[in-house]
Amino acid sequence: MKIHEYQAKQILSRYNIPVQKGEVASSPEEARELAKNIGGMVVVKAQVHAGGRGKAGGVKLAKTPDEAEEKAQAILGMNIKGSTVRRVLVTQAADIAKEFYLGVIIDRGAKGITLMGSSEGGVEIEEVAKTSPEKIIRVTADPFLGLGDFQARELAFGMGIEKDKINGFVTIAKELYRAFVENDADILEINPLILNDKGEWQALDAKMVYDDNALYRHREAEDLRDLGEEEQAEIEARKAGLAYVKLDGNIGCVVNGAGLAMATMDTLLLYGGEPANFLDIGGGAKADKVTAAIRIILSDPKVKAILFNIFGGITRGDDVAKGIIAGLEQIKTDVPIVIRLVGTNSEEGRKILEDANLKSAETLAEAAQKVVYVAKERS
Amino acid sequence: MSILIDKHTRLLVQGITGREGAYHTKQMLEYGTNVVAGLTPGRGGEKVEGVPVFNTAKEAVAATRANTSVIYVPARFAPDSIVEAVDAGISLVVCITEGIPVRDMVPVYHYVKMKGARLIGPNCPGLITPGESKVGIIPGYILTPGNVGVVSKSGTLTYEVVNALTQKGYGQSTAVGIGGDPIIGTSFIDVLELFQNDPKTEKIVMLGEIGGNAEILAAEYVKAHVTKPVYGFIAGQTAPAGKRMGHAGAIISGGEGTAAEKIKAFRDNGIKVGESPAQIAEII
Repeated sequence: MKIHEYQAKQILSRYNIPVQKGEVASSPEEARELAKNIGGMVVVKAQVHAGGRGKAGGVKLAKTPDEAEEKAQAILGMNIKGSTVRRVLVTQAADIAKEFYLGVIIDRGAKGITLMGSSEGGVEIEEVAKTSPEKIIRVTADPFLGLGDFQARELAFGMGIEKDKINGFVTIAKELYRAFVENDADILEINPLILNDKGEWQALDAKMVYDDNALYRHREAEDLRDLGEEEQAEIEARKAGLAYVKLDGNIGCVVNGAGLAMATMDTLLLYGGEPANFLDIGGGAKADKVTAAIRIILSDPKVKAILFNIFGGITRGDDVAKGIIAGLEQIKTDVPIVIRLVGTNSEEGRKILEDANLKSAETLAEAAQKVVYVAKERS
Repeated sequence: MSILIDKHTRLLVQGITGREGAYHTKQMLEYGTNVVAGLTPGRGGEKVEGVPVFNTAKEAVAATRANTSVIYVPARFAPDSIVEAVDAGISLVVCITEGIPVRDMVPVYHYVKMKGARLIGPNCPGLITPGESKVGIIPGYILTPGNVGVVSKSGTLTYEVVNALTQKGYGQSTAVGIGGDPIIGTSFIDVLELFQNDPKTEKIVMLGEIGGNAEILAAEYVKAHVTKPVYGFIAGQTAPAGKRMGHAGAIISGGEGTAAEKIKAFRDNGIKVGESPAQIAEII
């Protein structure tokens, strides 16, 4: 789960990582008030989950409260990579002397938690990784002991931080690691982490993603969820316990299992179709889940046909067929449905579907070709 | 021969009295797996499908000489169950559980390694050596004994491919689901090495998906160390960047972990790639 910059900064300040004074506004007038209270030069920053806000024009300097109102007016309502800006962060402007990058990630290769630091702050770390990978310093915390002071120092020296600033950096790195661990983050990064003209450390921008699997032990994080950043259908799917991702095509997909769901979408592509979504219905494929899945898929007006691909393993094909029929009784639709049912009791399942006049198929290739054909016919 | 499990496997089922645990215990027994013990704290002395239940893994191992365990315990308790099994001397632990916070797996992964044990999963369907032993949830009837080794990140995608192989007359030596989480106990490379050294396995099928670079490292390993022919499929060509596709590990981040780069790595390293999962059974 992604959160906004201002929320991530609130978490950082709980760990005594210095951030500038700032608050969020949802109207230009509010932005003006905040700018007045802060005093002096401020920055007005769009609060959306998408990256590249600066390039999109979502970050502006303002010298006066009037100007802050003006800039907020321009930024609010702006569309940045599909997200509409509904809030801006108004914060003290900083005098930057030097910019760095500091991030914490789950490191699949090292099977641990890795800190990455770079003297190339203010640009995306992926960019640095491509152009000058030698400028990224990495240390992996010990799985049992955590992050050692010496490791934070290794980072600092590697990043070329001056001697008298090292202790301050070590404190920030250790606290950032602690914030990552205690909040079960997937990613936590400060970019840029700056030294200002007075030689003080400050986190100018922050990004944080929670590990969805750990949200059960972070009830407080639910308040940070911004439903405005999610597709309505994705919100519905989460409530129904379905893994769903919306795409741009016109063939809805309902599949059991994540890997098979992706492979099904690939097979549609192979036969000239375009998937409208990823949807893993899970093990049971009972009527309530089928109903929820069809409802979610049909909420996308682009959908011209739906493909079910169910590999009955532990799940029985006849149960799934009954679930599909019960689900379709609750939702009347004229969108054609092609069902590929295979595995345990699939023959019985296909018989049930045929009796209900539903198109069924035995192989994925056959089903994919059928559904691509009907989708094209209706476009 | 086969890898990891065979008719000498003596299985402990952790979480045996739960709905999943009890159901799959029955399935595994029907398949012929030698299920010797179950574990649910506080339910010691009971029986599930005739299998004795113990309170601790230590008691179970002492009484039954179990050498392998399978875990059907909810996500918040599963990491502790893995450690309990290893601590009791179990050498192969298969964790089916999905949804374990990835940070919890960090110390557990290293603990298992330190103790010289092997973990498969979490978030995996388990493994099966056709005709000998099944540990996990893979439906047994879609497999048949043979010489194709299968290793995969996904459950039902494995079924799809194995089913196609069986229908075309290609039996399997062992099929292993390694799991779709970012941190898993056994990698593609670990299983490739086992298949390479297994005289029964003559061909290898490797099924990957988007996210991370395990498939790329595995492809390089194949070129350097595997002499047996390898066939592959990568799921997720249509997956958008930055979105998690069901599995916790299936996400393209920072432009890395795409299907296209993995398919290229497979091809560049001599792995024949199927255009669809079922096509594997035609090119093999």
